[in-house]
Amino acid sequence: MADKPRLRVPSEAKKGDIIQIKTLVSHPMETGFRKDEAGKPIPREIINSLVCTFNGREVFRADIEPAISANPYFEFTVKVEESGTFAFAWVDDNGTVTTAEQGIAVS
Amino acid sequence: MSSLTRRSALAFGAGLTLGLVAVDESAATPADAAAEIAKFTGGKATESGEIAIDLPEIAENGNTVPLSIRVNSPMTADDYVSEIRVVGDANPNAGIVKFHLTPASGRAEVATRIRLGGTGNVTVLAKTSTGKFFADRQAVKVTVGGCGG
Repeated sequence: MADKPRLRVPSEAKKGDIIQIKTLVSHPMETGFRKDEAGKPIPREIINSLVCTFNGREVFRADIEPAISANPYFEFTVKVEESGTFAFAWVDDNGTVTTAEQGIAVS
Repeated sequence: MSSLTRRSALAFGAGLTLGLVAVDESAATPADAAAEIAKFTGGKATESGEIAIDLPEIAENGNTVPLSIRVNSPMTADDYVSEIRVVGDANPNAGIVKFHLTPASGRAEVATRIRLGGTGNVTVLAKTSTGKFFADRQAVKVTVGGCGG
């Protein structure tokens, strides 16, 4: 997973606003159900979890199964009461964790 | 509608659909989907009409089908949607994804892109912090399945 995750988080908001967050990471999301040219099953390797925290507190989590499309995309909302930082973590079946952060100024 | 009636109706409807199309032998059965649903609700009755599901009626490419979900909920500390479960009865595994929300979500609205292995029903379930369960479903006709194989 060489590519940087793509995030869309507003850079500023008013206190109490409900903002929308969009995330995407590049990943083949190999289901484990496909076979290679020799007929051998291709082992499963997916992003199995996405966790988003705001100032250290979890605000969104997805438990992901192979039925999520390649380059997993998620959209969700968060009500912001203070300025801070969103931290994102995607967990690969192989143990790799990809992270990203983005701050928001709340007035 | 009791959960029993709902589930058997679901299974029956899905069975009819599956009967009409060529099904990959590895596909989940409506019984698998029903089991996944029962695992989420613990067998409790579900209410319908509280979840808006945005899915195409016909998906030409089962590899990437846009799915948006909106659950009616005040999303306050006392009453919020804590979990949303998505289940499909035409995939090798019935489970698709599970979302965990908090009152800080503000709205119970999520969107993603899913794979559908064939024509079937997608059921969306929601659990509230007050112990209620909601369920709604939508049928999707899939032209080219998205599970390889």
